[in-house]
Amino acid sequence: MRRSTPSKAARIWPGAIAVLLFIGFTFPVYWMFATAFKPTSDIVTEDPVWFPSHPTLEHFKTAVQADNFWTMVRNSLTVTVLAVLLSLAIALLASFAMTRMRFKGRRGFILTFMIAQMAPWEVMVIAIYMLVRDADMLNSLLPLTLFYMVMVLPFTILTLRGFLAAVPRELEESAMVDGCTRPQAFIKVIFPLLAPGLMSTSLFGFITAWNEYPLVLILNKDQEAQTLPLWLSQFQTAFGDDWGATMAAASLFALPILLLFLFLQRKAVGGLTSGAVKG
Amino acid sequence: MSGMSAQAEKVDAGPPAEVRTSAGPLGGGPARGRGRLTGAAPYLLLLPAVAATLVLLGWPLVKNGMLSFQNLNKRQLIQHLTEWRGFDNYRETLTSEAFWRVTGRSVVFTAVNVALIMLLGTLVGLLLARLGTKMRLLLSTGLVLAWAMPVIAATTVYQWLFAQRFGVVNWVLDALGWHGMADYNWTSSQFSTFFVITVLLVWQSIPFVAINLYAATTTIPKELYEAAALDGAGTWKSFTSVTFPFLKPFLLATTFLEVIWIFKAFPQVFAINEGGPERLTETLPVYAFVEGVGNQHYGMGAAISVLTILILLGLTGSYLRTVLKQEEDEL
Repeated sequence: MRRSTPSKAARIWPGAIAVLLFIGFTFPVYWMFATAFKPTSDIVTEDPVWFPSHPTLEHFKTAVQADNFWTMVRNSLTVTVLAVLLSLAIALLASFAMTRMRFKGRRGFILTFMIAQMAPWEVMVIAIYMLVRDADMLNSLLPLTLFYMVMVLPFTILTLRGFLAAVPRELEESAMVDGCTRPQAFIKVIFPLLAPGLMSTSLFGFITAWNEYPLVLILNKDQEAQTLPLWLSQFQTAFGDDWGATMAAASLFALPILLLFLFLQRKAVGGLTSGAVKG
Repeated sequence: MSGMSAQAEKVDAGPPAEVRTSAGPLGGGPARGRGRLTGAAPYLLLLPAVAATLVLLGWPLVKNGMLSFQNLNKRQLIQHLTEWRGFDNYRETLTSEAFWRVTGRSVVFTAVNVALIMLLGTLVGLLLARLGTKMRLLLSTGLVLAWAMPVIAATTVYQWLFAQRFGVVNWVLDALGWHGMADYNWTSSQFSTFFVITVLLVWQSIPFVAINLYAATTTIPKELYEAAALDGAGTWKSFTSVTFPFLKPFLLATTFLEVIWIFKAFPQVFAINEGGPERLTETLPVYAFVEGVGNQHYGMGAAISVLTILILLGLTGSYLRTVLKQEEDEL
């Protein structure tokens, strides 16, 4: 029983819907960049100007020259990069133990991290505020770094565990037969094979920390210690309805993530799903 | 032959490290010391992760519980006073009409969003599976762009799309003949604000469902479809008898993940209109924040957040139990 050959319409409609969906999903992203590059006269018009035919960098200049922009760029980068690196280091140790060693309570540890992954951070901000205030560390980058590190830690551990499990044990064993110690075998044999896994895992951590909003909103009232999500969410209010500058600010904030994502798309998405299945 | 030796090794490998080291060139004496070290090694390796999780996640959770039994307002905060008030925060919250209204609103909001996300996400995922290579690449690139868009950037862009003056959505509605929308203020009413938030959340969440669902469909064995076709199944029948049963566990798992994400979504709801107009679009996490931090009733806020966590556990409890059980069997 062969399927009857589909009619012409049946062959065309999936493609047509795909194009419509593509437009629907990309339009907000396109509109952000388009608005950012349009002169104000093309933004404030009764009929939208669909294409920035007179591109200008004026809005980017406004955004970049806004108060404390560069401080917040530096803060965001510091906090994000440190949190991701710290959690990678800690997660490597933990996931190595969980995939390569047998010990009592192994299951319990894995289940704990699975539950920790679902921690409702958004509703814990009041308690965290109290703890940080009692430690006299409001308006500091250290608590942010540490909490972001723990936010991404369970996911990092579980995903790395999936990647590590995929590296055949025999490779490591043969290296040890050849005279490597276990740490040496790990650094020389496993680590290079793990590189793609580390990349896609850290991508997720990077996005989470880069985007984090509720915690910095409550902890760091001092502009000098704020990060870009706060800057962006307050930008529109601060600049009235200067949508050009607001969209330029949003573009600057989104660009690193969009590039990373597109660049790592295949690896990252494949890696995340395979890691999630095993993890 | 090789199979047998592997088998033998597996049986031998009981406490693997120990056996191998003592059989190694090191001999008896040192092997014992090493054995003890290997015994402690996994715990040492896990120590940083466990310590960090306990201090930075466990302690705030405990603290949250403690705060929920305290009378902690602006005065107590400034003077560093600890005043216990038993279950009064809970009594007050649970008897307040506002709390139950917000809870009901959060549940409906979550249900509507998750239903839309799962339905549309599944349709888009199935479409991906039907498309040719080029079209699939096009659509998945679009999906990834939407997926990767940072939450606060997306929220800002949606504010601009739905802006009262010069917003492109109002222009399109006007052009389509709905002239009443030409200068419509989307944040002026509860329903329209929720509408914008829902469009934003659904737009952001569909890619995850669709791309993963497509990945799952690629693992369905072709033979199943062939067998169904042999039995005379059409497109719809082969969907209900092959595709759907195969994807069911995935759909279930994703639905619960989405419930968790939507229920505790904070930035989108808060940043669009800060829970307004007149606190009518506050969901539970925003309500806890506004009561606790905005109105400086920290103890009450903590009680609300404990209740929020309990409600979330209630909504997802049955699923969590099955997942944990499954995992336990697999580990």
